[in-house]
Amino acid sequence: MSKILELKNLSFVYGQGTPFEKCAVSNVDLSIEKGELIGIIGHTGSGKSTLVQLLNGLIRPTSGQVILDGEDIWKNPKEIRKIRFKVGMVFQYPEYQLFEETVYKDIAFGPANMGKSGNELHDAVIKAAEFTGLDREILSKSPFDLSGGEKRRAAIAGVMAMDPEVLVLDEPTAGLDPMGRDVLLSQIVQYHRKRKNTVLLVSHSMEDIARVADRIMVMNSSKLVMFDETKKIFSHSRELEKYGLRVPQITKIMLKLKEKGYDVSDGVLTVDSALSQIYSLLNREGKIW
Amino acid sequence: MNFISVQNIFFSYSNNEDGSLAKNAVNGVSLEIKKGEFIALLGHNGCGKSTIAKHLNAMLLPDSGKVYIDGDDTCDEEKTYDIRKKVGLVLQNPDNQLVASIVEEDVAFGPENLGVEPEKIRIRVDNALKAVDMYEYRKHAPFKLSGGQKQRVAIAGILAMQPECIVLDEPTAMLDPNGRNEVLSTLLKLNKQNGMTVVLITHYMDEAVLADRVVVMDKGKILTLGTPREVFSQVELLKKHRLDVPQATELAYKLKGCGLNIDKMPLNEEECVKMLEEVLK
Repeated sequence: MSKILELKNLSFVYGQGTPFEKCAVSNVDLSIEKGELIGIIGHTGSGKSTLVQLLNGLIRPTSGQVILDGEDIWKNPKEIRKIRFKVGMVFQYPEYQLFEETVYKDIAFGPANMGKSGNELHDAVIKAAEFTGLDREILSKSPFDLSGGEKRRAAIAGVMAMDPEVLVLDEPTAGLDPMGRDVLLSQIVQYHRKRKNTVLLVSHSMEDIARVADRIMVMNSSKLVMFDETKKIFSHSRELEKYGLRVPQITKIMLKLKEKGYDVSDGVLTVDSALSQIYSLLNREGKIW
Repeated sequence: MNFISVQNIFFSYSNNEDGSLAKNAVNGVSLEIKKGEFIALLGHNGCGKSTIAKHLNAMLLPDSGKVYIDGDDTCDEEKTYDIRKKVGLVLQNPDNQLVASIVEEDVAFGPENLGVEPEKIRIRVDNALKAVDMYEYRKHAPFKLSGGQKQRVAIAGILAMQPECIVLDEPTAMLDPNGRNEVLSTLLKLNKQNGMTVVLITHYMDEAVLADRVVVMDKGKILTLGTPREVFSQVELLKKHRLDVPQATELAYKLKGCGLNIDKMPLNEEECVKMLEEVLK
């Protein structure tokens, strides 16, 4: 594996030199391998959104570096636009950013701006629509005639169509119902598996993050306080609570059981893995035949 | 009569552009809510939850059927003002609900519009802000508050109108875990200490288990209703309609499927740990 993204001593201060000076990201150091699915968690105001805006050059670091594929993204500031094609950003509530006459045109906007045309452009649009599960007939509709969930998926398809090396999604499932959440999340996982691209997922839903992330970054008051494998992060339930976060309910249940002396592992992330652990405990004690 | 009485209502949003009739958003719903009850309303997007919520303070009127609030028919225009005084509505996005540039002015907006005397407004605003634990922020600018704080200010704005019932449409959807806790404990306090009737629309099962009764909607109809334990014990029905159950309940349900004897379905962490300890004893 090779490093796709490296952050070196990265800091960002809003309103530097004014009375409203506020440090939103301070001294973040980390590296992300190509093809990883990274979860980013932290309470409101912890610096998550500022951090992701630094990744595609929407804001310029006060100090430190963002290194994409071995090169500082600000090496040549005039070329920063190219970085935005490499690091695709899906903002919160992206459905408010739809603007074209048809869904097809909206999805095509990004890749067309990258210089794609003809069949190449058409393929990019169709593939992105497939990844997000949008039917062909929807593509000719106005984006404003779609349901909320469809709009969300159309907006995400617009970013996927640029085939970015790194896809960043800021709370993609916020406001969706449990079914919509499930569907969208598995589509993102599918995209990640097929394209083998790097995906960064910001979310307040610990259950979502627990299900899909390889590693998790935890932000707290502008600092990166934890960065580790998903299981390890969620075995630190007390520490997470200190940061205003929590672990999924099932993880908490299994942690409490462990505290009471039962032989279960910490960092249990899904109901099914909890079930198999309980089952093997029962089996060992001969309670199930 | 119960405080809220919804009697076999049907509702469809105006006809489609091509003149065809839009399908019913609410398809024959009846629901009785007692004074002081805490109701959670669950269901997919598009199941008609929000449409029901808007019927509870006469924002929408049923195509057929009746909605009575404290005995008043919502279709009676002369009662509209009284009904809106009694039932306050809080929506999903706190940013869309705050109008003033200072917290206390925002909270005063409602009672001012009701024509309450200035001295009384002062008292109401202070009390409302204290009730949601935002009194120290009364001079702050709303846009500088966190999501949970803003949502609590929006709730205070409703409280200042001194309603008897508060209806909330996914008030925690945009909040982080801390913000969600703040809003939920505020609601529980208002319900338990002040006897406020609460109707909470939510996608979060851990919030629904705190209610006295849970109502599950699907395709404009009530799928099932009962105490949280009664509703969430029907794991199969909920799964079939692709609705969530709390993870604690799901684990118990799956263990039951393995042939274990579990009488009481757990709804939260504590109950689940206790259940597991008993099973493993």
